[in-house]
Amino acid sequence: MTEAAINLDESSLKLTDLVSAVGGVDVSYCYQCGKCATGCPVAYEMDLVPTQLIHAIQLGLTDVVYKSKTMWLCAGCLTCTTCCPQEIDIAEVLSTIKILMTREGGTPQVPDVLKFTQSFVQNLNWFGRIYELGMVGMLKLRTGKFTQDMAMGMKMLKKDKFHLLPRLRGGSAVHQIFKRVKKQEKP
Amino acid sequence: MKYGYYPGCSLHSTGQEFDKSFKAVCHKLGVELVELEKWVCCGASAVHNLSQLMAIALPMANLALLPEMELEEVVIPCASCFSRFKIAQHSVKTDKKLKRKVVEAIHKDCNDEAKVIHPLTIFSQKPLISQIPTLVERNLSGLKVACYYGCLLTRPPKITEFDVAEYPMTMDNVLRATGVTTVDWPYKTVCCGASFALSKPDIVVNLSHNVIQEAKLAGADAISVACPLCHANLDTRQDDMAKKYGTHPQLPILYFTQLMGLSLGISPEELYLHKHLTDVEKIFEKIGQPA
Repeated sequence: MTEAAINLDESSLKLTDLVSAVGGVDVSYCYQCGKCATGCPVAYEMDLVPTQLIHAIQLGLTDVVYKSKTMWLCAGCLTCTTCCPQEIDIAEVLSTIKILMTREGGTPQVPDVLKFTQSFVQNLNWFGRIYELGMVGMLKLRTGKFTQDMAMGMKMLKKDKFHLLPRLRGGSAVHQIFKRVKKQEKP
Repeated sequence: MKYGYYPGCSLHSTGQEFDKSFKAVCHKLGVELVELEKWVCCGASAVHNLSQLMAIALPMANLALLPEMELEEVVIPCASCFSRFKIAQHSVKTDKKLKRKVVEAIHKDCNDEAKVIHPLTIFSQKPLISQIPTLVERNLSGLKVACYYGCLLTRPPKITEFDVAEYPMTMDNVLRATGVTTVDWPYKTVCCGASFALSKPDIVVNLSHNVIQEAKLAGADAISVACPLCHANLDTRQDDMAKKYGTHPQLPILYFTQLMGLSLGISPEELYLHKHLTDVEKIFEKIGQPA
């Protein structure tokens, strides 16, 4: 035996309860059949397949869960959610872990994914409708990867695919909703 | 037929071909669209990773615009928007506590009874689907198309109420009504890499390449899509696929509304066919140049 023993006690359930309270999904129904892992199109990039991540949540292994790449590599295709025989919304569980980690200031193993989400949400909060060119700019400022996809971006600009300037419609309505959501989400 | 129309952010920007061709087809088929004036972003593939309440509140804020415009149904072409609306409606219907929070967030009533539909559902319903063949002006039967539904139109089927998740046929049936030949292939609902378009392009190149290869194996001359993100991934990443895998796929990627429009005699310019990054000229070798 080279693996450390996992100590289980009542506190092990804390993570399961937290996921249920924040995301509304109860992972305790999972019996590790592995169907979600088989269907997941991005499983080849993950350190833990979705089944293993759900198991780690059940065992209360917060460290293992938070240090995993898995939830950050979820494409949101909902294949796992659709094929789960126990009807667990697995994709929602992965989103919930991301929400929890972001709230607690955790460091994601795939930082660009969180940077994309933050750029998107900031853009939405400012403009109400996504101003795509501005969002790409915000993302590049966060990642520092200024030359990535430059050739593709130039081609798209030439084809006039983007608006060069934002259209300010609905910005204030969204901003108000953001404020009222934040107020309700305060612990 | 009169529907509220929610275009969403992509259809006003990188997916404008979808917006233009959808409107042109509706005009031709006598389907009336009224754009929701004050629509806002639905949260797309990002917001639900930061706040569940926000992800539900944004679509519900948009649905609250319907009664203000005396509309009961809203049509949403973007698969991602469609999915977020359906999920939001389902969530407030099944969770009263959440519904109260949403009302507090949007300061309006929750319009959870509004009918949210996808254009393919409108076009595939009787009597419209049986009228389509009588309106065809151009024979597209020489063109073999792989209908790509992507993830979010069909999954999860209990919530989207669209079609069978494993092997949907709605788009095939609509395009067949316009005379297009659609192929049998196994990647109809396999993910293209979705929202990793900007954050993890390596995954997109890999997954989208698989989709394109499967379509080619099935003998398709083009892929037909119903989602601006699927379109972006399959269309704009073909140069990267050439770099990674050695050969350029050069497979035209079109919105199903563009194919419908071509068969209904609408001009390629009006359908914005020139906007795609991957050249679509090849399809005219199969169907003949437009008059």
